[in-house]
Amino acid sequence: MTTTASPPVASGSPGTGPVSTSGSDGVDVAGITASNSSLRRFLHGLPGVDQVGAEARAATLSTRSIKTTAKAWAIDLAISMIDLTTLEGQDTPGKVRALCAKALRPDPSDPTTPRVAAICVYPDMVPIAVEALRGSQVHVASVATAFPSGRASLDVKLADTRDAVAAGADEIDMVIDRGAFLSGRYLEVFDEIVAVKRACGSAHLKVILETGELVTYDNVRRASWLAMLAGGDFIKTSTGKIQPAATLPVTLVMLEAVRDWRTATGRQVGVKPAGGIKTTKDAVKILVLVNETVGDDWLDPDWFRLGASSLLNDLLMQRTKLTTGRYSGPDYFTLD
Amino acid sequence: MSDRIDVRKTYKLYVGGKFPRSESGRSYEVTDRKGHFLANAAMGSRKDARDAVVAARSAFPGWSTATAYNRGQVLYRVAELLEGRRSQFVDEVAAGEGLTTRKAEAAVDEAIDRWVWYAGWSDKIAQVHGSTNPVAGPYFDFSVPEPTGVVAVVAPQDSSLLGLVSVLAPVVVTGNVAVVLASEERPLPAVTLSEVLATSDVPGGVVNVLTGRTTEVAPWLASHMDVNAIDLAGAPADAVTELQVAAADNLKRVVRPEATDWARTPGPQRMLAFLETKTVWHPIGV
Amino acid sequence: MAVADMGSKKFDYAPAPESRAIVDIRPSYGLFIGGQWVDPTDGHAFKTISPSSEEVLAEVSEAGPGDVDRAVKAARKAYDTVWSKLPARERGKYLFRIARILQERARELAVLESLDNGKPIRESRDVDVPLVAAWFFHYAGWADKLDHAGFGTSPKPLGVAGQVIPWNFPLLMLAWKIAPALACGNTVVLKPAETTPLTALLFAEICQQADLPPGVVNIVTGAGDTGRALVEHPGIDKVAFTGSTEVGKMIARSTAGTGKKVTLELGGKAANIVFDDAPVDQAVEGIVNGIFFNQGHVCCAGSRLLVQESAFDEVLESLKRRLSTLRLGDPLDKNTDIGAINSLEQLTRIRELSEVGESEGAARWTVACELPDKGFWFPPTVFTGVSQAHRIAREEIFGPVLSVLTFRTPQEAVEKANNTPYGLSAGVWTDKGSRILWMADKLRAGVVWANTFNRFDPTSPFGGYKESGYGREGGRHGLEAYLDV
Repeated sequence: MTTTASPPVASGSPGTGPVSTSGSDGVDVAGITASNSSLRRFLHGLPGVDQVGAEARAATLSTRSIKTTAKAWAIDLAISMIDLTTLEGQDTPGKVRALCAKALRPDPSDPTTPRVAAICVYPDMVPIAVEALRGSQVHVASVATAFPSGRASLDVKLADTRDAVAAGADEIDMVIDRGAFLSGRYLEVFDEIVAVKRACGSAHLKVILETGELVTYDNVRRASWLAMLAGGDFIKTSTGKIQPAATLPVTLVMLEAVRDWRTATGRQVGVKPAGGIKTTKDAVKILVLVNETVGDDWLDPDWFRLGASSLLNDLLMQRTKLTTGRYSGPDYFTLD
Repeated sequence: MSDRIDVRKTYKLYVGGKFPRSESGRSYEVTDRKGHFLANAAMGSRKDARDAVVAARSAFPGWSTATAYNRGQVLYRVAELLEGRRSQFVDEVAAGEGLTTRKAEAAVDEAIDRWVWYAGWSDKIAQVHGSTNPVAGPYFDFSVPEPTGVVAVVAPQDSSLLGLVSVLAPVVVTGNVAVVLASEERPLPAVTLSEVLATSDVPGGVVNVLTGRTTEVAPWLASHMDVNAIDLAGAPADAVTELQVAAADNLKRVVRPEATDWARTPGPQRMLAFLETKTVWHPIGV
Repeated sequence: MAVADMGSKKFDYAPAPESRAIVDIRPSYGLFIGGQWVDPTDGHAFKTISPSSEEVLAEVSEAGPGDVDRAVKAARKAYDTVWSKLPARERGKYLFRIARILQERARELAVLESLDNGKPIRESRDVDVPLVAAWFFHYAGWADKLDHAGFGTSPKPLGVAGQVIPWNFPLLMLAWKIAPALACGNTVVLKPAETTPLTALLFAEICQQADLPPGVVNIVTGAGDTGRALVEHPGIDKVAFTGSTEVGKMIARSTAGTGKKVTLELGGKAANIVFDDAPVDQAVEGIVNGIFFNQGHVCCAGSRLLVQESAFDEVLESLKRRLSTLRLGDPLDKNTDIGAINSLEQLTRIRELSEVGESEGAARWTVACELPDKGFWFPPTVFTGVSQAHRIAREEIFGPVLSVLTFRTPQEAVEKANNTPYGLSAGVWTDKGSRILWMADKLRAGVVWANTFNRFDPTSPFGGYKESGYGREGGRHGLEAYLDV
């Protein structure tokens, strides 16, 4: 299947507004977003998701047994997909520098270890990260738009975004306004995403849905489509600040959404589950979901990321077990 | 060779899956029928009762929404462990009730079989006591039994294991959670039973066992506004009316005491007493 | 043996074989009669093979009429002298023991089932064997509660039951037969299918481990002749059969006038009905599950997809895309979705009917995959442009072949779904609750699955209307077949 995917970090291409109106096959964005009620009708007209069925599918896929060579490949891919994250009130330059060092050299004792995809920090930590990662391929992602709650005026959220971009972030992870979504003000949510996308300039935009607050899979599907209509480059499950975060069924529903979006419009959108992904087992299960829902095109750090922090060390431990044959322990892996 | 000194057991409360002493710090002597010292049991207080109700309430959502199959499996596992502790129970029942070993063994065997009998009800009560109702209209109409919530149980005073099992098992098999006030003078089998529960897969808080003075603790359970039902099997005759009056404050479902031959296989009454019936209507149409 | 990995290029699942070491298959097996392993007196032996590799697994005895007679006598003796005298609660405790041992030996049973039947280990491990244990647990609990089952006080058993089961869910069908029979106080003589005897023979060992009184369960292996000898034996009070409608009718005829109680669970050609408002991704899973689970060797398989015409394109496209991720191959590989066809005979039938489908003008689409060179294999196949007049819409293929028809209105869907001599099951996919209930009300099928498919539970009665048989298995209803009521 051919794709018309745009690269995730479009250097130099100008920020644009919403996806061009009738350029996409069968999705008339301008018509759909002409009013809140037409947007509502479109989103509510998408196929529903049966909770039990979706959870059963995710559960069956998680019984796949991924061993030996397949496991080694999956571990390396997972490492290369990590957005290594620190989003704490107590973050300091020292903490961020240590994280960046880990991102560049996850396992100092094994130079064949892939580097991670990006680090993810608060906007005011971006300059530290940019400096520490200068010259490397590791991206700098920043949260923005009054992360994690999203409860602030649009002006404040846009200023937050612009600060991060100006400081050198090449990826922005925004949060949608869940209050507006849950009270049915879909067009407001849409307009905000469009505005943030504009403020991103050449940075690419991940849209955090905060699925734990959306609760139903129907809402997750609708919010996914809303984010893609508004031009998001990635849809992301969660802020990681509440539970549940990135469950397998939620990730499944979002993968189905990007699959259907590409079928309808030709545009490829990435997916990032974040929060609660702690072990290699978790990560491999997610990659199986990707493989059997959307296939090869998304098995790539440009189109799929894992938002995690402690996951990395578990991946490294499993990687070591596969290469040395012995179980390892925490002493042998660096703290970030 | 001298006689070996055995390591004696202590008897504590069982609340929220743990074994605390009474917050009051009190205990009381438990003797056999001849007045010989058996053990000191914790003398539960109203605060212990309060804590037990809190523990039960927090265990209710998980236990009541577990599948009937899962509850049946857990309860069958309890029966396996009861069987394993048979000789300990026989000793405690014989000593506490003044029975011969033969009679104590019969009582313990019956108690284990009674527990198995109740375990097998978990996935059947809905078929026997639920229904679809043929209403006169295009509606699908069904009635399902659902557990009422936190059930306080004043265990029988005399039948310290068989009677206890017969009032506790029906509560938990139906998805309810229990706060049990053991027989005042014969509490030891109840404590050993709680040890069995703690080492099987019964989640903490589903069953809580208090020992102590019935007349002191029972009124606090009967009047507690977060207890949904109470079984007065072991309530002293002169306290029953008062306890029922207290229970009326939040319209608890009450099982009144009556003379019971615990050895006889019961019917479903003690399960039905703690089940609500929910009836649902849904239109039938294209 | 490789697993055909359709569609994926980057993420290649390495082989993940479940070890065979856990099973200890004897070179040969006798008959299990009166609690002992005995050689057949007038019967012979036959071989059972693994349909995925064609290797011989073991030699199994064929019970001749004399052996069947011995088994029935042993069952009668056990009934008269032991089982009918045992207090009900003790019967229940024997069944609890069996249930527990089934759980303890679960992995061994699953591996053996996959070897002998050809079904993927994931299914035997995650579906078949857990249901087997659950069935015994459920009926163990009924043994001493028959007074409450709604059949009057103290309902009595029938006596000796002769039970003949098919090859598609060997151990599960054994559980469906033996658990309620014993719980109600009967003793049994059971004949497993000739291509899948091994888990029944392991079950006999489990009965010994549980100290079940000798003669309460007897296993006589053999083929059609053994089954006939059992069903026609004058010494049994009850016949229970699961298998083809054709044989079911033969049994109904041969038991006529004998006073034997009969229950039959036969074939089906279920309609899986998908409306345009169905939750599409879950509906596609349901379609796939409906016809490709267990290689389509399921009496209640959703072998006719009735899709609302307005949703045809979307559903078919999603379905084909989904089918491309199915993995066909070694049943013992934990990632296999589609295992082997159970026998050459069955494979031949599937091939023949598929050719009929093509010659009658339906459009055939098959998932592209490499088939292993040994063993019996058939890739998932979809026929579109099928109408009720096509043979592939009427006859049970019992393989991974889906026939797709369309409809316009709910009424039309119901008419097409009911337009068959069968009536075992049906599926309904829609987001609208009242429509589900309306369809369920109108469908002439013993089991209706709404927004799901192929779900089984020991509490849930299962059985057919019309030529799909009579009697129900599971739940309170399932007791009736084994009581004198």
